[in-house]
Amino acid sequence: MLDINKIRKEFPMLDNKTMQDHPLVYFDNAATSLKPSCVIEAMNDYYYNFNSNVHRGDYDLAAKADKTYESTREIVAKFINCSNNEVVFTSGTTQSLNLVAFGYALNNLKENDEIILNEAEHASNILPWYEIANKLKLKIVFAPLNSLGEVDISSLEKLINEKTKIISIAYVSNVLGSTNDIKTITKIAHNHNIVVVVDAAQAVPHKKVDVKDLDCDFLAFSGHKLCGPTGIGVLYGKYDLLCKTSSMQLGGGMNAKFDSCQNMLLKKPPYKFEGGTPAIAEVIGLAQAINYLNNIGMDDIESYEKELKHYAINKLKELDNIEIYNENNDSGIIAFNIKNVFCQDAGSYFNSQGIAVRSGHHCAKLLPNFLNVIGTVRASLYFYNTKEEIDRFVEVCKHGGDFLDAFFK
Amino acid sequence: MLSLNDPMIKRSIIMDHYENPRNKGLVDDPRYLKVNMNSESCIDDIDIQILIENNIIKDFRFDGVGCTISTASTSILSELVIGCSVEEAYQIIKEYDNMIKEEPFNSDLLQEAVVFKDVSKQANRIKCAMIGFNGLLELLDSLKG
Repeated sequence: MLDINKIRKEFPMLDNKTMQDHPLVYFDNAATSLKPSCVIEAMNDYYYNFNSNVHRGDYDLAAKADKTYESTREIVAKFINCSNNEVVFTSGTTQSLNLVAFGYALNNLKENDEIILNEAEHASNILPWYEIANKLKLKIVFAPLNSLGEVDISSLEKLINEKTKIISIAYVSNVLGSTNDIKTITKIAHNHNIVVVVDAAQAVPHKKVDVKDLDCDFLAFSGHKLCGPTGIGVLYGKYDLLCKTSSMQLGGGMNAKFDSCQNMLLKKPPYKFEGGTPAIAEVIGLAQAINYLNNIGMDDIESYEKELKHYAINKLKELDNIEIYNENNDSGIIAFNIKNVFCQDAGSYFNSQGIAVRSGHHCAKLLPNFLNVIGTVRASLYFYNTKEEIDRFVEVCKHGGDFLDAFFK
Repeated sequence: MLSLNDPMIKRSIIMDHYENPRNKGLVDDPRYLKVNMNSESCIDDIDIQILIENNIIKDFRFDGVGCTISTASTSILSELVIGCSVEEAYQIIKEYDNMIKEEPFNSDLLQEAVVFKDVSKQANRIKCAMIGFNGLLELLDSLKG
């Protein structure tokens, strides 16, 4: 059981903030989460008290920075159940997925090979693949979605052939909140020697993710969606696959030696991917964020969000002016529209009432084909949200037809 | 001149242009100049066509997907500029731009477009309110070569 009042006190952004003269209701957690003080303070502590570079200093401050930085790798490894050397620090999910596409796929796939995606994917799990498909003359195949917006397993199986080399798929969709059955997909894929890449940006913040249990080959997530700082993310890769992945960042800190005859020897993974001074403060902040979530408990977070989601859905279903697109899944994402109100007009209206939601296509520009709407409003919940906030949100939804109020207050 | 102080009238003008947009629908005519406009802050995706003869905007057409603000503002713009000279159209765009930026502007030139005076209350809709005007500006600038 979560102590929500205590939790809310730990977030400066939840301390009596207002927006457009209303108390702030922050329901845009799928875009980015709020940060607890301990994360902000951990980053400040580095800048205030042991600012120095990592990996190369002969003095005490640098040793401390180095130790704190590297200990984060262990915290991440325990968090997702992998080895320390399978944790690559990146700038976020986008960079992680780009590293798989340009570092692994570009070097290991060949003309006419096939990659399976689906229409619910975020731009960051589509565009890198389009780019390497163009470069290598690969074929991109889209797996059909079932009525819940999940990738349909039996249809996926039928798409697989001897040319299929990669399946790249979100664990949880950022628009529909639907959860894909990654475990079954990796089992099927590995029977055909297919590499499975998982975009877990919307999963890792909200539930226990175990890469060994999933048996995925790569998995990407961001720090800022799990109470950590922006600019830091993780790519998990099975070690042998990381060895087959080229670095996109060549420079200091990632090479073992080089000479004037253009010979270079790179460090082993994960260090060979981390050229240049890394985001040290952000890595330290990420460690705090993961510790913070672990202290609350990922299972409790998941079940509380599920409770909030069902509470919200039941309330919204009582309104006849709201169309919900994903009432039957458990994640904290609510995709909806106010009937007869264009999604972005609704977004401005919610803003005018102090409620932060997203509207549009949420970077999943192929998904409107599936939903048959131009765009949606997305309210996305996290463990610090409350039923009282949902009540306020539902009250505002009731009056959604008056959306032009936003401009004539 | 339209009263800037009567929100109900302004609302009904916006809704009227949103629900019954004027000059909507593109034409298949090579004499028209065309531009596609989309906004970073919204999912607006609007095509605009203009026909200019002897320095006069003879026609202004638009089509596409847009929120209330982008659709209504482009519809109002179309009525404002049809029949104007290129120079007059530039002046209208400039006055409108001033209004959106909350600077002094000539409301007589803007007519119904003054309903968007308060759009800056919703920062994310500013680009929507500008989309038609920016499209027209791009087309007029393209004439200069």
